[in-house]
Amino acid sequence: MAKIVGGIGSSHVPSIGKAYDLGQQDEADWKPLFDAYKPVQQWLATLKPDIAIVVYNDHGGSLFFDKYPTFAIGAADSYGIADEGWGTRPLPPMKGDAAFSWHLCEELVYNEFDITVCQELEIEHGFLVPMHMCFPHDPDWPVATVPVAVNVIQHPLPTALRCYKLGKAIRRAVEACERDLRVVTLGTGGLSHQLNGTRFGHINPDWDQDFLDKIEADPLILTKLTHQEIMEQAGAEAVEIIMWLTMRGTLSENITRVHRNYYAPMATGMGLIAFEDAG
Amino acid sequence: MNIQVDKSKLIPGTTVFGGSESRKGYRLNKFAMSFTRPENRDAFTADEDAYMEQFGLNDQEKRFLRDRDFRGLIEECGGNIYMIMKIGTCTGHGLYHIGAQLRGETFEDFMATRNAKGAR
Repeated sequence: MAKIVGGIGSSHVPSIGKAYDLGQQDEADWKPLFDAYKPVQQWLATLKPDIAIVVYNDHGGSLFFDKYPTFAIGAADSYGIADEGWGTRPLPPMKGDAAFSWHLCEELVYNEFDITVCQELEIEHGFLVPMHMCFPHDPDWPVATVPVAVNVIQHPLPTALRCYKLGKAIRRAVEACERDLRVVTLGTGGLSHQLNGTRFGHINPDWDQDFLDKIEADPLILTKLTHQEIMEQAGAEAVEIIMWLTMRGTLSENITRVHRNYYAPMATGMGLIAFEDAG
Repeated sequence: MNIQVDKSKLIPGTTVFGGSESRKGYRLNKFAMSFTRPENRDAFTADEDAYMEQFGLNDQEKRFLRDRDFRGLIEECGGNIYMIMKIGTCTGHGLYHIGAQLRGETFEDFMATRNAKGAR
């Protein structure tokens, strides 16, 4: 039986990807961020997952407002790297597992999560940054992936509770798979940031630290947050944090936190948390 | 009703990108999304006016584009920040240049408010 063995919450700020490609990992202002991922990389190397389910949002990498899905799942054996407007990053295409994705889609739809199924999907920074921060990729990625794209950029967005319930449904779907697979889930985005208006650059480190406390200890209270409350406290683009609730929803209550970090150098509170799930 | 965004309670200095913004900005955002293809970035760079014409942009949108007025594109034309960033990258205006415009500051003044400027 397939099982969830861990969950990771990680910011997906695109400038991290740029710094990575430019080899700036050891520069003074970037080092605290890049060093923080090393324990997670080591833990994952020991945990040896087969599949990573990545909950992210597409910022105009391959999805546009002509038809922007609330929830979409990739169901392909490979996902290309999108050109988001600044060229294609030097990363190998992401491996998929179409059979596993289709299994998830069937389980989710029959359990009343009506998701969009994507047989072609190019992936972008929302997905890529957490992946290359957590996993090696030379010459290739050690895991196959399932992209789960959530609309957090064009209101109306799914509620925080709905995102958490999606996680619960994903866990049931994983456990209904008879293949012997070890699965980790990644919830990406956030934490506090705002990229529009005169409040551009707003961050709220106290709110972010409280969010990190609660995503571990009391995720249900976070499911009560409205988008308005998140935006008021943590900035308009901080609504991305509802995708961490999907990750948390995939986990059991029998979890151990293996790592946590917070760094807010520029215009985003960059959060990182990792849980091992003993089931 | 489940109120997720309270339209009677505007958040100061904040644009919430929803249906009315997306409808208003549809052509502009579609234009910006075209910048995900290198040949389109090249076409814009080679002849900005001809490229804008292909997307049926209105005079206000064209003026803001010519003036590199990203604040106008976002706040008056329904531009979505993630789409407008693609134009900015092509014209040499990164996110923090756009952000400084949005705040009504110079780039240098905005950067002076940050904790670790090297991480950008």
